[in-house]
Amino acid sequence: MSMLIKNGLVIDPTNKIEAVMDVLVENGVIAAVDGHIEPSGGHEIIDASGMWIVPGLIDMHVHFREPGQEYKETIKTGAEAAARGGFTAVCCMANTVPPIDNEFLVEYIKSKARDVPIHILQAGSATRGMEGTWLSNIGMMAEAGISAISEDGKTVADAGLFRAALKYAAGFNLPVLCHCEDMKLAGAGSMNAGNAAALLGLGGIPAIAEELIIARDIMLAEDTGCRLHIQHVSTANGIRIIKEAKARGVNVTCEATPHHFTLCDADIKDYDTNFKMSPPLRGRADMEAIKQALADGTVDCIASDHAPHSADDKNVEFSSAANGISGLETALPLALTELYHTGIISSARLVELMSANPARILGFAGGSLAVGKAADITIINPDAEYKIDVCSFRSKGKNSPFDCRPVKGRAERTIRAGKTIYRENVC
Amino acid sequence: MYNHKDLLGLRGLMKDDILSILDNARLMKKRVENPSLRSPSLERHSAVTLFYECSTRTRMSFTMAAEYLGMRINDLGVSASSVQKGERLIDTGKTLDAMGVSVMIMRHNLTGAAHLLAKHVRAAVINGGDGCNEHPTQALLDMFTIAEKKGGFDGLKVAIIGDIIHSRVARSNAFGLSALGARVFLAGPPTLISRHFERLGPSVTVTDSVNEAVRDADVIMGLRVQLERQKAAAFPDLREYARFYGITAEILEMAKPGALIMHPAPVNRGVEMTSEVIDHDRSVINEQVTNGVAVRMAVLEMLGARG
Repeated sequence: MSMLIKNGLVIDPTNKIEAVMDVLVENGVIAAVDGHIEPSGGHEIIDASGMWIVPGLIDMHVHFREPGQEYKETIKTGAEAAARGGFTAVCCMANTVPPIDNEFLVEYIKSKARDVPIHILQAGSATRGMEGTWLSNIGMMAEAGISAISEDGKTVADAGLFRAALKYAAGFNLPVLCHCEDMKLAGAGSMNAGNAAALLGLGGIPAIAEELIIARDIMLAEDTGCRLHIQHVSTANGIRIIKEAKARGVNVTCEATPHHFTLCDADIKDYDTNFKMSPPLRGRADMEAIKQALADGTVDCIASDHAPHSADDKNVEFSSAANGISGLETALPLALTELYHTGIISSARLVELMSANPARILGFAGGSLAVGKAADITIINPDAEYKIDVCSFRSKGKNSPFDCRPVKGRAERTIRAGKTIYRENVC
Repeated sequence: MYNHKDLLGLRGLMKDDILSILDNARLMKKRVENPSLRSPSLERHSAVTLFYECSTRTRMSFTMAAEYLGMRINDLGVSASSVQKGERLIDTGKTLDAMGVSVMIMRHNLTGAAHLLAKHVRAAVINGGDGCNEHPTQALLDMFTIAEKKGGFDGLKVAIIGDIIHSRVARSNAFGLSALGARVFLAGPPTLISRHFERLGPSVTVTDSVNEAVRDADVIMGLRVQLERQKAAAFPDLREYARFYGITAEILEMAKPGALIMHPAPVNRGVEMTSEVIDHDRSVINEQVTNGVAVRMAVLEMLGARG
């Protein structure tokens, strides 16, 4: 549990540090961060020359499918994928089978989480069974240790019930994470409504289906005083609505996924179901708006929406296929390739988006390299060039639209509480 | 001296109005407890109960109070009356008025019903509960009980816990207790409280923390959890309600030693209060029932004699 990481570029925006330094870890805790720390024996020495030393990455939006769909992913395989992706903590969504809607199920997750190398944070559903008719045991789950309320996968259509959920969650100081989608407006569509859908002959999901609910939920948050987080915002108008709300002082944050800042609907070819997700890939202008919002601060974090599926879930007609991509092992490389190396965001901003901000939103004691904090650290090689290979995924889900895509940068080593939980060959 | 035609609510009543009712109730209590002291002071008057919402104890309490005063009291039997044929409330009231009824005691599921009736009848109207608005005789009996046990109201801290926004008991108590100088803390699930309720009185505080409300309280009042309100998505289930908003022996420890435990009853045992609390030696829930008859006698006498 003791190590000395030398000569890395320490990037810790919370503490306003970005300099080549050494980091000393003792007993699982960050003992010192300094320009030069003498090895004193007994420490594992890690040469991080040319690497970034950043607080452990946090993915606040993953689906680990346990309980109920262990053939897609388990908490164990999901955690291994997270560690390989550079993540030391993730927040699992509640749409398991059955959904996480009471404290007994939270205890089940905790019992599974004890044996995995990363922190497992859990979201509880807003409504019982995610059926949208009755509140879940929000208080009981808060007491059992959930980090947020989320009905991810759908929207609570009943605005009265959702308002009650926001009020009730606020009473337990929990943020509410929202998947924004009006099912009636989304209709039977399976990709973004637009030119690409017209060419492919697929039913379209209009942007307004997402934007209307973003607007509704922001107004409800303003009304109730609840902390609101908009999940996987995918449209330019959605960004505009959130930006306006933030300017007005509403307590709202949001996330964007790597696929929504890397791909657009025109990239969907040959009815490849790996490109099917919810919300769908949008137009090129939407993608550009999201990149801009990641840079200007409107978007607070990058979340993978890691949604592993089996081959059988995907090898079907496009409109019948399951939504989502296996995202934990491609999130960091895509953020580095598409945002950092293109000059859209700085390295410090990347760390904010992938560690400091998700920690703050979830009230999780991570996201910084302050002395005395648990040594959750990711060592990033920003310059490694390679091609994504889904066969190398530790996730059970090999469903990715990024197979064979050239990228630059990856996690070389992932450390949680001073223990190396993943390492690439080199570092 | 109480100088109004009706008793529709405690909102707007003066301190002296309330105190005169409580003083009279003190005399009436002796008559409740000792039959030999009862006198048929209202034997020439009649009263009618109109209950548009079901109730057993409030209606029975009014009936006993009237009978102890020698009053003739009849129940309109709303479910079997011309109300079921679609008669309007005002017409029902005018018909009863024409029969020479002195007092009409009404419970109604709609707020303001008692006020509407009162405006159109010569008889005195006593509001036995209207919608989500007021239940003045319940609050008067609560205040009578508090006065008996605590001697006064100045600076007392009264915690009222539960479904505040739908509770006419909480509202009438907030109006009345504020007028008498007590501090009222209203607490419940975030979905069942409203900051706007701080406007009910100058010393009313609203909180979603039961602990804050109960800390150093002189009186703790539980409210009945109304399961029918569940349709309005207020809280997940009774188990969770009991865990976070139920009054337990542990919560009671935070109140002042000697704090009174009250409840308008009937109680859902183990939900808004544990049995240990309901049956505690500081619980005055049964005395509230006795005091209810006394307070209603006082109100009937003060209003009935005017008719």
